[in-house]
Amino acid sequence: MTARPPPRRRGWSWRSQAFRGLVYQLLAAAAIGLALWFLAHNTIDNMRARGIQSGFGFLLQPAGFDIGESIIPYDALDQNWRAFLVGILNTLRVAVVGVVLATVLGALLGVGRFSRNAIVRGLCYGYVELFRNIPVLLQLLVWYLFFTDILPPISEPLSLGGVIYLSKAGFSFPVPLWSLGQALAAAGATVGLAIAWAHRRWAIRQFELTARVRSLFWVPLAIVFAGSILGWLAGGAPTAWNLPAPGAFSMEGGASATPEFLGVLLGLVLYTSAFIAEVVRAGIASVAHGQVEAAGSLGLTRTQTMRLVTLPQALRVIIPPITSQYLNLTKNSSLAVAIGYPDVVSIATTSLNNTGRAVECIAIIMLVYLATSLSTAGFMNWYNNRAAIKER
Amino acid sequence: MAATFQPIAPRPAPVRTGGLLAWLRANLFGGWKSTLTTLLLALAALAWLPSIAQWGIFQAVFQPDIGSCQAARGTGACWGVVAEKYRLIILGRYPFDEQWRPALATLLLMGLLVVSCTRRFWRAWLAPLWVVALAGYFILMRGGLWGLALVPTDLWGGLPLTIMLATLGIALAFPIAVLVALGRRSTLPAIRSMCIVYVELVRGVPLISVLFMASFLFPLLMPMGKSPDVLLRVLVGITLFAAAYLAETVRGGLQAVPKGQIEAAATLGLTYWQTQRKIVLPQALAIVVPAVMNNFIAIFKDTSLVTIVSLYELTGALGLALNADADWRPYKLEGYLFIAAIYFAFCFAMSRYSLWIEKQVGMSTTR
Amino acid sequence: MSAAIIQFEKVNKWYGDDFHVLRDIDLVVAAGERIVICGPSGSGKSTLIRCINRLEEHQEGRIVIAGTELSDDVKAIERVRREVGMVFQQFNLFPHLTVLENLTLAPMWVGKTPKAKAEEIAMHQLERVRIAEQANKYPLQLSGGQQQRVAIARALCLTPKIMLFDEPTSALDPEMITEVLEVMIELAGQGMTMICVTHEMGFAKAVANRVIFMDQGQIVEESPPEEFFNRPKSERTKDFLSKILGH
Repeated sequence: MTARPPPRRRGWSWRSQAFRGLVYQLLAAAAIGLALWFLAHNTIDNMRARGIQSGFGFLLQPAGFDIGESIIPYDALDQNWRAFLVGILNTLRVAVVGVVLATVLGALLGVGRFSRNAIVRGLCYGYVELFRNIPVLLQLLVWYLFFTDILPPISEPLSLGGVIYLSKAGFSFPVPLWSLGQALAAAGATVGLAIAWAHRRWAIRQFELTARVRSLFWVPLAIVFAGSILGWLAGGAPTAWNLPAPGAFSMEGGASATPEFLGVLLGLVLYTSAFIAEVVRAGIASVAHGQVEAAGSLGLTRTQTMRLVTLPQALRVIIPPITSQYLNLTKNSSLAVAIGYPDVVSIATTSLNNTGRAVECIAIIMLVYLATSLSTAGFMNWYNNRAAIKER
Repeated sequence: MAATFQPIAPRPAPVRTGGLLAWLRANLFGGWKSTLTTLLLALAALAWLPSIAQWGIFQAVFQPDIGSCQAARGTGACWGVVAEKYRLIILGRYPFDEQWRPALATLLLMGLLVVSCTRRFWRAWLAPLWVVALAGYFILMRGGLWGLALVPTDLWGGLPLTIMLATLGIALAFPIAVLVALGRRSTLPAIRSMCIVYVELVRGVPLISVLFMASFLFPLLMPMGKSPDVLLRVLVGITLFAAAYLAETVRGGLQAVPKGQIEAAATLGLTYWQTQRKIVLPQALAIVVPAVMNNFIAIFKDTSLVTIVSLYELTGALGLALNADADWRPYKLEGYLFIAAIYFAFCFAMSRYSLWIEKQVGMSTTR
Repeated sequence: MSAAIIQFEKVNKWYGDDFHVLRDIDLVVAAGERIVICGPSGSGKSTLIRCINRLEEHQEGRIVIAGTELSDDVKAIERVRREVGMVFQQFNLFPHLTVLENLTLAPMWVGKTPKAKAEEIAMHQLERVRIAEQANKYPLQLSGGQQQRVAIARALCLTPKIMLFDEPTSALDPEMITEVLEVMIELAGQGMTMICVTHEMGFAKAVANRVIFMDQGQIVEESPPEEFFNRPKSERTKDFLSKILGH
């Protein structure tokens, strides 16, 4: 007989599992609702008694405090919401740079655990154990101490060739003076990127047709490079740099990273890279040795095995925990409040002390981090579903 | 015609692959790249290790003498700061004469943790033992009973506070975590969504915001007039935070119990709670012991954050000890290295133990 | 024979919206009968017997077990499960309990039997499957065949009227299949109603009253073993038999 679709749901039984489930849920919802009402009631009473106002209107009032460093222009007369925006940008700044550096360092350390050389293996293991077992707050404090106590004062900075300076005022380096040449170089790089991508697709299709292996990395890189150089030449090949020079109280010119930023960055990168190293190591180890053996028996070289067999399987195991390490790094950046780096928590605390709006400020902090976490978790779910090994 | 079977006696191998020389050849000088690396690293060690040793050991000052420390500044470490301030760092602002009490209380909790970690002691009386030990800790620290002087909680600090927050935090978080993990796997949508919301909300925010919430918001949430102790508020914050992470760990264990176990229990007629209590949870919790240890290590490190809400545990006690004293303030680095060593000792020991347990569990499930 | 103890009337089951796994199943089993169900994988044989003790729900039709109709009613499900025992392919013994504790768990917690009496019942069942000396060992210390015999004893502790076997020997080494089959044959000889999903055709020939062949969710043929193996009526049955009896 042919298959047919299922019938609609039939009758209802008062003694069924479904009914019991409904009753439990109603009871639980009622209990939680009651608890929440009780807490909200207390809060309103307490706030009225203490004369605390509520509402997010305070965001439109002038902030009245300065912020140590900011990407966008800001001064004390700007409104509170702008101060929070500066905080969020500062958090993102240290998080993005931190994630990139921690990934690179962590990957190198993770792969280093499999090195043929025993000293390299030992050093990687020692690094991971050392930095994993000391609280991150302590590491931040030590690095901040290093930058503010141990580095030389601004009057006698450490310098490399007179263009790079390291002192208590931070790390200063030259940046090119932005003009037509640099803008065209950036445009050229973008065009180069598009051409490089097209080249990759062509090379892959050629491989499928003729089995001739073409360079998939170096040639596209050269194309991007060539694009940016052509753009730079077209803009008149400008070579002007903005050089830092030590002034009386601070560095003038160039771009600099403050000791607060460096302290947070270094502390977070070194701490998180230890965990990322463990994740990478576990991912590589998770690929069963039989896979490598089978690849070898088919005649693949060690590099081919790594690229075609080990890495794709290892990446599936690595991506989820590494994403949660990225989230941890972002959340740990909130500790910057302990060393004075103006991230969003630090700004919120200042604002809280100024305006007394505890509930609102803490809510803003939580919302910012929740948004980051949930979007990252969403991305990870999408990736997991796409990359999952299909089973019966 | 088959010949009779003649067994051959075993002989040692002709080329020795064991021994120190063979190991060196394989691991340090295995190829030209490896040899080059070994030589470069050896050169780097020769360049840096002597100066570090000079600073840390040979030129360092070990006596608590401010004069020699200042004289040795720049050339030698001043470990004298540790000798001078160790009581303040480790025990906080606790009254000097009564400091035997926090010391004893810390040892009590450490003993409790060691006992809980040894498989031989996993019996029914372990749970009451926890209650007794924790009660003992609080009686020793707070006093007010049996002739012990009363010491209010804002004077507690240092290592006893760190250990207590971590231990009590995880102990209280455990039952909550089990219920939330079960709830998250429930088929009832309302309960499942409430548990998911709780876990994702708490895991998505940094601990510091939870501590701020505990510090600033809890007084507002309580009925008018009542303001709970700072320590209690922070403990509630840590517990709720730990419970969310622990719930995910327990959920991993629940997922690892084969579905057939629940089916078998159903065929025997056991109810949901009987199945969970007698069949699923014992197996799930045994599977996740190493992961729970990792959670504990993380919470132990996270207690350092309570410094930011003005509870002076180990990290905060250091600041307290040195910031107020202009003489010893320049030697903060040595102080930091000292407490880093303490944290490292605890956390490294716990992670070694967790790895050992993982191996034990792996061995017991294979025949 | 005796009264019908299992009745399937036009039973249909779907997994999700598209997979029609049981199609118009009509089956009557009398008390004391032994049924062997065979067929290719995916034919619905495990699903059918799992519907008997409500491990799976059916969407259409009626299933009546020992006078109780299976429905959403929790009390009805509990009553049926007291009368039906099940043995799984993967044994599903509780690894953290000893063999004796595995057997006394349900009588104590479900049957409200005091511990001493439960242990007495347990030892009796262990003797019945000839494994009484392993009572204080843990399941993972026993061989596969021993574990499966413990699983049979565990199901028997609740004195069920019907025993279901879902491929009980498929996970065993060939040397151990015999000891389990011997226990099952003895059980049959003592008058237990048994439904077995199995590939062991020797067992079917020795013990079964009827052999049922299922394919694509339907009962294709059911007849006594002599007729089934020597004079199969349907082409599909002939095809299947040639494949499994060939090697």
